[in-house]
Amino acid sequence: METKFAIQVDDLTVAYNYKPVLWDIDLHVPEGVLMAIVGPNGAGKSTLIKAILGILDPIAGSVSIYGKPYEKQRKLVAYVPQKGSVDWDFPTTALDVVMMGTYGQLGWIKRPGGKEKKASLEALEKVGMLSFKNRQISQLSGGQQQRVFLARALVQNAAIYFMDEPFQGVDATTEIAIINILKELRKAGKTVVVVHHDLQTVPEYFDWVTFLNVKKIATGPVKEIFNDDNLTKTYGINYKVAVNK
Amino acid sequence: MTSPQIEIQLIAVVVAIACAIPGVFLVLRKMALISDAISHSILPGIVLGFFITHDLNSPLLILMAAVTGVITVVLVEAIQRTGLVKEDTAIGLVFPALFSIGVILIAKNANDVHLDVDAVLLGELAFAPFDRLIMGGVDVGPKSLWIMGGILISIIALLLLFYKELKVSTFDIGLSSALGISPLVMHYGLMSVSSVTVVGAFDAVGAILVVAMMIAPAATAYLLTSDLKKMLVLSVVFGVFSALAGYWMANLLDASISGSMSTMLGIVFLIVYLFAPQKGLIAVLYRQKQQRTEVSLLTFLLHLNNHTEIEERHINHLQEHINWQKVRSKTVLNLALKNNMIEIENKVVSLTEKGKDFTDLALEYIITNKDEKIEPMKDDFFLFRG
Repeated sequence: METKFAIQVDDLTVAYNYKPVLWDIDLHVPEGVLMAIVGPNGAGKSTLIKAILGILDPIAGSVSIYGKPYEKQRKLVAYVPQKGSVDWDFPTTALDVVMMGTYGQLGWIKRPGGKEKKASLEALEKVGMLSFKNRQISQLSGGQQQRVFLARALVQNAAIYFMDEPFQGVDATTEIAIINILKELRKAGKTVVVVHHDLQTVPEYFDWVTFLNVKKIATGPVKEIFNDDNLTKTYGINYKVAVNK
Repeated sequence: MTSPQIEIQLIAVVVAIACAIPGVFLVLRKMALISDAISHSILPGIVLGFFITHDLNSPLLILMAAVTGVITVVLVEAIQRTGLVKEDTAIGLVFPALFSIGVILIAKNANDVHLDVDAVLLGELAFAPFDRLIMGGVDVGPKSLWIMGGILISIIALLLLFYKELKVSTFDIGLSSALGISPLVMHYGLMSVSSVTVVGAFDAVGAILVVAMMIAPAATAYLLTSDLKKMLVLSVVFGVFSALAGYWMANLLDASISGSMSTMLGIVFLIVYLFAPQKGLIAVLYRQKQQRTEVSLLTFLLHLNNHTEIEERHINHLQEHINWQKVRSKTVLNLALKNNMIEIENKVVSLTEKGKDFTDLALEYIITNKDEKIEPMKDDFFLFRG
């Protein structure tokens, strides 16, 4: 029997200016897991996601989403970039940003209509931001901006969700709201991949984890591999963290 | 109005609209300087095109100049990618080099033809009606009106077709790329359109002032709206207004038309910058003053909340305790009274129910930094509007 992998990365190497930031990564992510990618700064966590999504060109290796190249599977994938990667002074509203999530399904030239608007309003409601739909995005707090980004991913109605540091700069309420939505997605059989920084919350939030530091250190179920040994290998010597059993 | 006057204004309006639309996206992409670079570095393209066609309005010349514009962008990005210099330095290296090649080409070869540096730099709208387009022996109007009209129609068509792609690739490159809307294609598309527009417009307003036509209307509109569609509309309105007002100013002062139009653009920007309701200078200063008062009010309310002792709350002691000057104390006291947050009995100040609730809410906001707690307060107080 062949196991069904949502994401399959083979021998992936990515370099900036001839310096590898990801080296020979093999990663097989089974369908329906909520996975954290952890590792120190500069470990290549965001780069890995960007390379999977074809935003960066790898110098070697291949990526497949449900057995096919990403370009053929775009509609199965939703992406939430780092909040800091966009200009929040851009003249647009929360609803409009969420609507951008529908652009991929629409394809070139076609414009979003009533159906897309309805889906976007539902997504805003799901993240508790419906009452802010007409607010200019620079007038939102950091947590609210992150919720809008999450709503934009939800409206893509994908099978796999990639999120780059969704908990950065958000308050505790938003963090809980976001993780609950991610857990719901997993329950619905979706695969969720999250670049994560807070090691303390890994066992509570996620069921799958990948340790990354330029090379892949380990990947697997949190229960089996989230231990001092792997943490030390990833972050350097004597890294101590309380692991909740 | 004479017919050349009408034609000049018509050309000016078409140029203004054609420049304002790509200008909005250049401003939002923080690439205003690139339009400056393009407007200069297309010179060698124009000169080479002119040598081949001997016609300043030939489509080939426009095409060659547009290619030079795109080459400028490619060169700037290539130099930037070396990581040795930043973008502004790269721009500063590329466009003078290309521009000077154009200047030398003109000086060496074009002395006997109608193409001089002044004409390229400043343009001359007043002469535009003299160059007619004759089709089948019939005079159908000034050539530059047809050329700019064609460019404008293409720009509007492209905008309508690719509005959503332009929007998402400008706002979020990562998402755009992941969705399959190539930011690179949109980038070079916008650069090509900008180059063509600059080339078409340089004849009328000159290579330097065309930058004003692209950037100033968009920058002005940006101060007034937080909606991309409205920004596009406002930008066009400001461009058209400045073009027409500039034309009549030139008429009145007997001055350069393109110079007057750019001056008008500057004046419009200055007025909006001063008086814009949200982002304008006066609004900002007023808001800062309000915020200072509100911070004082909050400090005062917290003080009352913290102290039950009579002497701490005596009206005359407040001044020395909180260490404020008389005027400020009075403003704050009046503001609190006006909002029914305090009551004064026998010269002793105490919080009302409303004042207590307000202070509790504010405290909770300060401690937790949770926005939803203070949503209802946002309408009344600047302080909480972020």
